[in-house]
Amino acid sequence: MSATLNVSVWRGGADGAYRDYEVPRHESQTVLDVVTHIQRALDPTLAYRYACRVGMCGSCAMTVNGAPRWTCRTHVDKVYKNRKLEIAPLRNLPVIRDLVADMREFFDKWARARGQFRGARTKADDFARVAPGSEARKLVDAAIECIGCGVCYSACDVVAAIPEYLGPAALNRAWTLAKDERDTLGVDRLRAVAGDAGCHACHTHMSCTERCPKGLSPTAGISGLKRAVAGAALRGEL
Amino acid sequence: MNPRGETYLWIAQRASAAVLGLCVLVHLATIIYAVQGGLTGAEILARTRGNAGWLAFYAIFVAAVAVHAPIGLRSVLAEWLGWRGRGRDAALVAFALILAGLGMRAVLGVYA
Repeated sequence: MSATLNVSVWRGGADGAYRDYEVPRHESQTVLDVVTHIQRALDPTLAYRYACRVGMCGSCAMTVNGAPRWTCRTHVDKVYKNRKLEIAPLRNLPVIRDLVADMREFFDKWARARGQFRGARTKADDFARVAPGSEARKLVDAAIECIGCGVCYSACDVVAAIPEYLGPAALNRAWTLAKDERDTLGVDRLRAVAGDAGCHACHTHMSCTERCPKGLSPTAGISGLKRAVAGAALRGEL
Repeated sequence: MNPRGETYLWIAQRASAAVLGLCVLVHLATIIYAVQGGLTGAEILARTRGNAGWLAFYAIFVAAVAVHAPIGLRSVLAEWLGWRGRGRDAALVAFALILAGLGMRAVLGVYA
């Protein structure tokens, strides 16, 4: 293990450029540790975003050597190939400055995909009892652990080709609600996620599934939405 | 186009793909079988002319192509050229008709 790392970090906005830094190398060092060292010891003007540092909050995602990753749980050892570490903001989102991407469009699309839970019960009602072993609940379980980091959105080539495409995370969220037996939005949500800007635009490249740090498969959820939407259309409900 | 229309297009493309999968297999198997014994063009025509079974098979094949290809091209035009809207869809209807017309001309050519 060499004593230092050669790191290139994106500086500036969309028309910025990479700047090189030399960072001391440590055992079990994460990419977020590297970025933090640069800001604290080398250049306090570096802008980046993080919160929990333990893979829960989803705020530290960046492009590391060309691929989107959660930097707090990405060890340098895993990505420091050819003595190169290139860190940039997430792709497919506007750059605010340095490593900070503007996440507004990403989360606006969750709202556009009707990603809000809508139930029929009030606080006066008893708890809904959902059988853990039911088919629908198992499908929800497989997709529910999304932390909203934007890695899938950044990895998706369809988002790059169709800017209005809702993207894997928003569609995955819609899928968990479509399979939630307490939810009442039903066909309204299916209508929101249908069509050329929705689930039907997915090419099943599976970049989202490949890159999701939580090991989820938005591709599977999107396929489920395609079937659900087609079923609703054939029943004349859409 | 509205979400319902786009969903119907998606269903049409999936359904036509299923038909094409079968048709391509039969078509390739027929070609391989036909060339094994060194069939001449005249011998092939002798088998296809007036054969309603082959006419129906290849008419279905052509119809599936005419449905499938333009819908796929629709996404390609949107994603690569940014061409959307009624102009694109009208052009694709014309493309579908050309595919169907040329395809059926060939089918009738070996039937009639």
